[in-house]
Amino acid sequence: MRSEIRKKTFADRLFYLIGYLLLGMFTFSIIIPIVYVLVASFMDPTVLQNKGISFDFSTWSTDAYKRVFENRMIWVGFKNSLLYSILFTAISVGVSILAAYPMSKKDLVGKKFFNALFIITMFFGGGLVPTYLLISDLNLIDSMWAIVLPNAFNVWNMILARTYYQSIPSELREASAMDGASEVVHFFKIMLPICKPIIAVLALYQFVGMWNAYFDPMIYLNNADMQPLQLVLRSILIQNTPEPGMIADITGMAEMAKLAEVLKYSTIVVSSLPLLIMYPFFQKYFDKGIMVGSIKG
Amino acid sequence: MERINWEESLRYIKKNWQLYVIFLLPAVALTLLFKYVPMGGVLIAFKDYSAFKGIWGSDWVGLKYFQRFIASPDFLRYLLNTLKLSLYGLLWGFPVPILLALILNRMRYEGIKRKIQLLIYLPNFISVIVLCGMVKILLSPVGPINLFFGTSNDFMSMPEAFRTIYIASGIWQGAGWGSILYTASLANSSQELIEAASMDGANIFQQIWHVDLPAIKNVIVIQFILQAGNIMSIGFEKAYALQTDMNIPASEILATYVYKMGLLNGDYGFSTAVGLFNSIINVVLLLVVNKIVSKLNEGQGI
Repeated sequence: MRSEIRKKTFADRLFYLIGYLLLGMFTFSIIIPIVYVLVASFMDPTVLQNKGISFDFSTWSTDAYKRVFENRMIWVGFKNSLLYSILFTAISVGVSILAAYPMSKKDLVGKKFFNALFIITMFFGGGLVPTYLLISDLNLIDSMWAIVLPNAFNVWNMILARTYYQSIPSELREASAMDGASEVVHFFKIMLPICKPIIAVLALYQFVGMWNAYFDPMIYLNNADMQPLQLVLRSILIQNTPEPGMIADITGMAEMAKLAEVLKYSTIVVSSLPLLIMYPFFQKYFDKGIMVGSIKG
Repeated sequence: MERINWEESLRYIKKNWQLYVIFLLPAVALTLLFKYVPMGGVLIAFKDYSAFKGIWGSDWVGLKYFQRFIASPDFLRYLLNTLKLSLYGLLWGFPVPILLALILNRMRYEGIKRKIQLLIYLPNFISVIVLCGMVKILLSPVGPINLFFGTSNDFMSMPEAFRTIYIASGIWQGAGWGSILYTASLANSSQELIEAASMDGANIFQQIWHVDLPAIKNVIVIQFILQAGNIMSIGFEKAYALQTDMNIPASEILATYVYKMGLLNGDYGFSTAVGLFNSIINVVLLLVVNKIVSKLNEGQGI
C-alpha cells in the first residue's frame, strides 16, 4: 500500500484530519434528519410537539403506522406506482437498449442521421403546452400511457448502453454470424447476458425515476384512483391535507393538527422504505454501470 | 463512415433490415411522436391558439407574446430568480461531490468506506416530494429546528431563505450520488503515478494536486459543461413543491411560471412563448459554455 512506502508527514496527517472531519460532518448531516424522521414517527403527537423526540421507548407507539396502513389511498398509490414503474422500466430499458445496438455498429448506414435525430431532443423540446396538447389530442389524459410512453425512450441511457456494447469485442458478432445467427438472435442470446450490469443500472434509474416522479402524473392523471403514491404524498406532506379517513376519529382541531404532524413522519417512512431497502442490492453494479457513461461523456 | 454509393447503402439496409425495423424503429417512432411533434407545436408561441381551429389553423400574432412577456415587470424578476437559483446551486453544489470523492479515494479502511458510500448515496433515492416534505416539517414553526433554538421562525414563508433551503437540500440529496462518477474515475487512475509521486516525497496534498485532479480533469470538465448548460432548465418539481404563497418573490422561476400560465390559466400561446424563450437561452448558454471551456481546456469540449 502507498502508506508503507513513505512515512506520514505532517501534511498527510493534516489531510486526514481535515478530510475525515469533513466526511464525518457530511455523513452525520445525512443521518441525523433520517434518524429524526424515523424516531418522530413513533412519538406521541403531544410529546413530539412540546418536547421533541425522545428515546424513552415506553412512550413510543405505532398508532401513526396503523393509521397510515389503514388508509385506502396509500395502498392505491402504492399499487399504481408499482404498476407504472414496472411498466415504464420494462418499456424504457427495452427500447433504449434495442436502439443502442445498431448505434454501436461502426458501419451502420444512416448512423449520423439517427444520432442527430436523438441528440437534438436532449437539448431542445417543444415545452410544456405543446406536449400537453399532443397528449390531449391523442386522448391520453387520464391514461397511464400518458406518463409511461412520452419519456420511455431515454437518449442518455441509449448512449450508456451503446458505450457498453462498444467495449465488447466485435469478433463475437463475427463468430455468431458465421454460425448463421441473425442480429436478433445474436442480441438476445449473446449480448443480453453479457450486458447485465448496464441493464441493471438502467433499470434502477428508470424505476426510481418513475417511482419518484410527480409532475407528469399531476398534469395528466386527474382521476384520484389512478394517482401514484407521490401524488397521495403530495397532498399529505406538501398541501397539508391528510387523507380524511386517517384522523376522522379525533375531535378537536388542535389534536387533529398534532396527529397530522406525526402522520407525516410515518407516511414518509412507509413510502420511502421500499426503495431504500432495494437500493443496496444494486450497489455492486453502480461503479461498473456509471463508469461506462463517463468514458465518452 | 460516409457512403456515397446509394446502391451499396441500399444493399446494406436490405441485408440488415432487422437493425432498422426491430432495433431502431420503436425509439424513432417514440422520438418523432413525443419529441418532434411538440417541437412543431412551438408555433403556438406565435399564434392566437384556438382549440377549435387547431395549431395550424389558428391566426398568426407574430411576436406579441414575447413583447408582452419582456415588457412585463415579472420578466426580469423570474429570469433573475431562475438564474440565481441555478448559478448559486452550481457554485455551491459542484465542488462538493469532487471533494467527497477525493477524500473517499484516500480512505484506507475499505469496510468503513463502503458503509459511508452506502449512506451518502441514500438520499438520492428519496423522492422530491418526500424531501420537500421533510424540509417543511423540519423547518416548520413548531418543528425540531425551532424547538431546538426556542424560536418560531416560519422559514418556508421567508423569500430570503428560499434559495438557501433549495440549494442546501439539493446538496444533501445529490452530492453523495454525484461523487460516484469521480470515485469511479479515481479508482481507474494510475496507481503507479501515485506511488512514483509518493517516492519523490510528495505529500498527499501535492499528490492530489498533481496526480488525482489531472486524472479526473476530463470528467470534471464534461460534468461542468453539462450542468452549466442546464442552468435554465432547472427542475420544476422541487421549486414548485417548496413554493408557498409567501416565498413566491424568490421561488417563482420560469418553469413554474410556464406551468401556471399555461395549464392553470389556459394562456397557451403566452406560456409556450415563455417556455421557448427559456429553451433558446438554454441552448445558447450550452454552446457558449462549451466554447469557453474548450478554449480553456486546450481545445477539448464535448
